[in-house]
Amino acid sequence: MKLKELESCLQQVDVFENPKLLLEQYPTRPHIAACMLYTIHNTFGDIEDKVVADLGCGCGVLSIGAAMLGAGLCLGFDLDEDALEIFRTNAEEFELKNIDLVQLDICSLPAHSLVKAVDTVIMNPPFGTKHNKGMDMTFLKAALQMARTSVYSLHKTSTREHIQKKAADWKVKMEVVAELRYDLPASYKFHKKKSVS
Amino acid sequence: MKLLTHNMLRSHVTGVTRGFPLIIRADEVKVNSVDFNREFVSRMIPKLEWEALVETAESLGHGSGLPRELLSGYENDEEFLKKVHHVLLEVEIIEGALKCPESGTEFPITRGIPNMLINEEES
Repeated sequence: MKLKELESCLQQVDVFENPKLLLEQYPTRPHIAACMLYTIHNTFGDIEDKVVADLGCGCGVLSIGAAMLGAGLCLGFDLDEDALEIFRTNAEEFELKNIDLVQLDICSLPAHSLVKAVDTVIMNPPFGTKHNKGMDMTFLKAALQMARTSVYSLHKTSTREHIQKKAADWKVKMEVVAELRYDLPASYKFHKKKSVS
Repeated sequence: MKLLTHNMLRSHVTGVTRGFPLIIRADEVKVNSVDFNREFVSRMIPKLEWEALVETAESLGHGSGLPRELLSGYENDEEFLKKVHHVLLEVEIIEGALKCPESGTEFPITRGIPNMLINEEES
């Protein structure tokens, strides 16, 4: 599938009817989602035949794209049932069968839950503005707990230094994969270091 | 909810130690056809909680004759891999609940989506 095709498919994904501000619900734009997924797929091979989790999936644009690129299973996690309901309808309309959804609060994921349960995590987490400060880091931490291989996450450039510091604390390798234009964020790849068991 | 997803989920009710496997109460089960992906299925098998998968599938009447113990050399057994594919991805719980094996807490499944949020007032 070509990048353009993926992007135009993702433009058909329905988004939030009434976004909830407190949950920082805003859709990942099709262009950004397509670029992000295309790179994860083509450069890193982290989608095809993988179990891919999407944390704070919302209406599911990232998951739907990953499912189209041949993920073995895409797992969407979100707190909000209205968003999940739109996601479910989207998946049905796209006739995607390799998608499953779970209503879960990523911020209260216990430390022993879903440990290394998936191969790849893709996400566009809440940026952690004044109402929910630090939520971006909570999502990253949960993502690193769940992923066996890699975490791909969208963040504001202004938080990069902080994330770099945290990544070092958590002993994971971090790299900036892309700086995306528009008002939206830089995308990071977190490579899990081989676990020392 | 697919059984592959079920195989990953556990109860995180406070005080519960393992919380796995969650017991399925199925009011509506649907079998969807999903394209067989041999690579994916054989790569997933060693990562599964195998016994829990077989027990769960059997409890739903979809055991498909899978053995309780995983036999070696399954990578080359196409028929076996297809059965595992069916159980993991095609059998879906549409309505029902997941019950924590230790605390008995129930997590409802509505329109195929399990709600794992813990209602603090209840617990």
